[in-house]
Amino acid sequence: MTAIRVQAPRITAFRLAAAAWLCLALGGSPAQAQQLIADLTDHLVAITTGFHGANVILFGAIEGGGDVVVVVRGPERETVVRRKSRNAGIWLNTRSVSFGNAPGFYQLFATRPVEDAMPASLRQLNEIGVDQLKLTPVGRFSHEEVPDFRAALIQDLQTEGLYGRGTGRVERLGDKLFRATLSFPPNVPTGTYTVQIFLVRKGDVVAAQTTPLIISQTGLEADINQFAADQAVLYGVVAVLTAAMAGWAASLMFRNA
Amino acid sequence: MEIYLPIAQVTQDVFVLLGIGLVMGFLSGLFGIGGGFLLTPILIFIGVPEPVAVASSANQLIGASLSGVITHWRRGNVDFKMGAVLVVGGILGSLAGVQLFSLLRRLGQIDLVISLSYVVLLSTLGTMMMIESIGALLRARQPGAHQRRLHQHTWFHRLPFKMRFRRSKLYISALLPLGLGFGIGVLSAILGIGGGFLVVPAMIYVLGMPASVVPGTSLFQTIFITASATILQAVTNQTVDLVLALVILIGGVVGVQYGTRFGARMSGEYLRVMLAAIILGVGAKLLFDLTVPPDNIYSVAPRIE
Repeated sequence: MTAIRVQAPRITAFRLAAAAWLCLALGGSPAQAQQLIADLTDHLVAITTGFHGANVILFGAIEGGGDVVVVVRGPERETVVRRKSRNAGIWLNTRSVSFGNAPGFYQLFATRPVEDAMPASLRQLNEIGVDQLKLTPVGRFSHEEVPDFRAALIQDLQTEGLYGRGTGRVERLGDKLFRATLSFPPNVPTGTYTVQIFLVRKGDVVAAQTTPLIISQTGLEADINQFAADQAVLYGVVAVLTAAMAGWAASLMFRNA
Repeated sequence: MEIYLPIAQVTQDVFVLLGIGLVMGFLSGLFGIGGGFLLTPILIFIGVPEPVAVASSANQLIGASLSGVITHWRRGNVDFKMGAVLVVGGILGSLAGVQLFSLLRRLGQIDLVISLSYVVLLSTLGTMMMIESIGALLRARQPGAHQRRLHQHTWFHRLPFKMRFRRSKLYISALLPLGLGFGIGVLSAILGIGGGFLVVPAMIYVLGMPASVVPGTSLFQTIFITASATILQAVTNQTVDLVLALVILIGGVVGVQYGTRFGARMSGEYLRVMLAAIILGVGAKLLFDLTVPPDNIYSVAPRIE
């Protein structure tokens, strides 16, 4: 019932083909060999009825050794973090900070812990790791409160499984090929994702590649969602009539019972 | 078997949703109420976002109450004139309620208002019902207990715009059912309830309607108030999950039949005590949740335009 059918036999066949293709691409013209080449087994994750998460395989090859670091980022959206405090015996939201550009999803993968592979300045520049995310507060806020709210945002998304804790694994297959399994939980936000792949050698990024990944609802669910957004009044009327018809049908069914 | 709810954007087990519908339907058949006041908190509890739970409860109540009204109408137990006046008030109320809902959602206080309103409503009503029905049980044991008057005449019987409601054998000011409808409309929009658990006692004790026409008329006005709340929620907040509403409705219509049959074999007074206990229990749980220090004082949500 998973949305994308990632079947084991298909992957094996696919991997062989991919490996052959990669060897050709890398070895074909040594003078201008690309140092990094990578792709995903799927560029579209479809959310359908019964969706309970999906895996996408990232695979690729490098030339000349080094570490591979992969960042998967979901669509950004303005996110509000609220803090409760106790007033007259009741806990209610009192303070809030809005972050204008929080990615809805963030996972990091690397061949070894990024702290060892990349210096702090480089991680900061490329936003490698949740601690390096540039989250910009917007609207009204007080500067001293921002770090607490920022930490709360990251912690909440980590609990939801949308932000990674630590670094996921990029597996090496021999000295050229690499592979990583990108997992998306059932509550994954829809939208356009970016998968950034960095080749790091001696503390420096020597090659980088970005590939898109789209996660979207498909089928009836997507149509319902689209309908609700585009034709709100009509959707409301349809919702009312559908419920009414179901109720009427029920009363007919049980009339003689 | 899992199902992805397109508007709530969460995956839920179909059988859990059907089961909830079944239990809600059973209770609503048993007590003659819509059950929205229990459904919304339960949906929130299983992980449906609050605004979607509220709007989708209203949506499913349309079907549940229509099914009930048809049964009562066949027995001639619906006062359509009284229902119509309640509906006019109710639609005005739900217009106001949806605006209020939208405002509170932007302010980040909608969860608090939903919970607090429930606590106040449920504890007040539960206590009143409990006292009343225990009193009735005790009186029933004393031989020769005096018969209560149909209703007391108070200040609101002197209000203008008097109207005759033949089916209810009443001659009262139209402002009374209009105001009552308005209040229920506001609550329906904010809490996703049809208001049966408030309208039923109000019809008996405030308007003084005969008990036989109360459930049918209450369900009649519920259809229109929840229909108007559903359309307004769909337009203003886009939170009506039709798939969620339908799955619960399927469980609900089956449950109602069993509830009605089971209820017919039980004494009315005991049913009222049981309902009062459920109402008080839900109210106490919600109050407890508000006062206990939360596990996490921070909450995160996407900004709503």
